[in-house]
Amino acid sequence: MTASQIIFYILSAFILGTAILSVTTTKIFRSAIWLLFSLIGIAGLYFWLEVEFIAAVQIVVYVGGIVVLIIFSIFLTQQSGKEMPKPPMLRSIASVLAVLLGFALTYFLIYKNDFQAGDKSFDWSVNKIGNQMLATGENGYALPFEVVSILLLAAMVGCIVIAIKAPAGVSSTETKEQKQTNIENLKEKEIVEGL
Amino acid sequence: MTDIPISNILFVSTALFFIGMYGLFTRRNMITMLMSIELILNSVNINFVVFNKYLYPDKLDGIFFTIFIITIAAAEAAVAIAIIINLYRSHRSIDVETAEEMKY
Repeated sequence: MTASQIIFYILSAFILGTAILSVTTTKIFRSAIWLLFSLIGIAGLYFWLEVEFIAAVQIVVYVGGIVVLIIFSIFLTQQSGKEMPKPPMLRSIASVLAVLLGFALTYFLIYKNDFQAGDKSFDWSVNKIGNQMLATGENGYALPFEVVSILLLAAMVGCIVIAIKAPAGVSSTETKEQKQTNIENLKEKEIVEGL
Repeated sequence: MTDIPISNILFVSTALFFIGMYGLFTRRNMITMLMSIELILNSVNINFVVFNKYLYPDKLDGIFFTIFIITIAAAEAAVAIAIIINLYRSHRSIDVETAEEMKY
C-alpha cells in the first residue's frame, strides 16, 4: 500500500463518517459542525486529486460562506442546545431501505462499467481556466459566466426583498385570523368607549 | 495516482449522495434539509472532477461545471436561508410540517 492509497482511504472514511454523523445527530448545531468537517474533508480529496484550484474554491465558498450562513440562521431561529425530535421508527427503516437499495443499484452500475483511466496527465492551470471561462469562441464559457452573474444579482435582490421587515403597521408575526380578532376587539372597545 | 481505481472514488461520491438522500428523507427541519442538499451537491462535484481528471484529461469542462455548481449552491443557500428566516418570523417554527400554507 502506497502513501497515496492510505491517504485516500483515510480521507474517504473521514468524509463518509462525518457526513453520516451530520445527518443522524439530534442536535442541530452539532449537525452543522459535522457538515463543516465533511466539507473540509472533500476539499482534502480535491487536494489529493491535485486540483488545488477547486479545493481552494471549495474552502472559500463552502467552509467560509455557506456553513457560516447556516450557523447564523441556526442562531437566529432556534436554541442551539435544543434536541430535535427523532424521526419515527417506520420512517427511518423505510429511508434506510430505500437508500441502501438505491446505493446498491447505482454502485452495481458503476462497478459493471469498467472505467479506464488514460495515461495522459491532467493539465489544468488557473491561466487556462480563466482564458476558457471568458472565451466567446468554441469551448468558451462566456455565456454561462454572464448568466451566472445575472443569477447572483437576482439572488441578492431576492434575498433582500424576502428578508426585509414588513413596513410598520403590517406586523408579519400576526396571522390573518389574529388580525381579524384584533380589529374586532378594537371595534368593541370603541363601541364601549362611545357608550 | 492511478493506484486507486476510479470506481473506489466513485464509491465515495455515491455513498455521499445517498447519505444526503437519507438526511432529506428523515429530517423535518428546514435547515438540516438544506445541509443534506449541500452534501448531495458536493457528491456531484466530486464526480465531475474525477471524470474530467481521469477520462478526459485534455479538456476542462468538468472543472467549469464544478465551479458553476458551487456558485449556484451559494446563491441557493442564501435565498433558502432568507426564506427560512422569513418563515420563522411568521410561524415561529421551521418545521416543514407546520409550513403547509404559504399565503400569509
